[in-house]
Amino acid sequence: MIYLLPALSGLLCFTMLVAAVVAIGGRSMSIAILAAGLVSLVASVLFLILASPDVAMTEAAIGSGLTTFLLFFVLGRVRAGEHDGEQP
Amino acid sequence: MIKRFIALALVVAVGSVFATLLFGYTPDADLNLTARYYAERTAADLGAANIVTAIVVTYRGLDTLGEVTVLFLSASIVGLVLAKGTHAPHRTPVPVGELLTTGTRFLVPLILLLGVYVFVNGHLTPGGGFQGGAIIASGILLLLLADPLKHFSHSLISAIESLAGIFYVMIGLAGLFLAGGFLDNRILPLGTLGNLASAGAIPLIYSLIGLKVGAEFASILAALSETEEL
Repeated sequence: MIYLLPALSGLLCFTMLVAAVVAIGGRSMSIAILAAGLVSLVASVLFLILASPDVAMTEAAIGSGLTTFLLFFVLGRVRAGEHDGEQP
Repeated sequence: MIKRFIALALVVAVGSVFATLLFGYTPDADLNLTARYYAERTAADLGAANIVTAIVVTYRGLDTLGEVTVLFLSASIVGLVLAKGTHAPHRTPVPVGELLTTGTRFLVPLILLLGVYVFVNGHLTPGGGFQGGAIIASGILLLLLADPLKHFSHSLISAIESLAGIFYVMIGLAGLFLAGGFLDNRILPLGTLGNLASAGAIPLIYSLIGLKVGAEFASILAALSETEEL
């Protein structure tokens, strides 16, 4: 029981690292944005485990919710501005 | 080659700094002086059950006013930059799935209710104005996703934002005359610890902050959604 919380935290940290690597190195832009949102989501669970629910709520609402969709909005605008056929 | 070596050296240097921090970490046995003051005096002085809210709204209220100002400035700058874009009067409606439309009708009232709950209960439970405002803005975002052509009244959004800001500063100024100082919450009776109507002006201030933050995020989202091309 004593090892449960550190083990869970370690697992969450590992997930964050994997998601961050995917966000940086992934080929697809949408998958990179989703992975960046996943980093924030896991971070908010981690904040909850570390007994700071206020920070966890902010991180979940702004970090993983609004920022992800803001980036998708911008991605849509950038793609709409591109001329078709120039970029695959 | 040299570039890679420099990058590797930088990574090793930063890593060693963090490793030192990690291995030198020992949890504090008891609270330090400031933290102990907040933990012991908050309930007696301000009547707030949530110590974090008491610090954010009253003890460090001026910092919070600064944070709200920063958010206001960024929202205005987004509006200013996007104002030069063209507004397409007749866009072709994007087909949206039935699941999203029906789900939005069901979820948006619940999300707005949760946001209001979070900022009204800021002095009792975790969360507060910033969190509640962000939750409200995510409800607005869902509305925009379900119907991208939806037009929000900009004058209503800016009226809510300005009025909330003005009342926030006026409550702060009232603290100067009626209580101990700027943004002092004791201009209203403290009430019983744990009641909804307690902690003086904290629920009022946090509700205003929640409305203001929600309106600011909503204005950013609406401006982004309506601008066709820069």
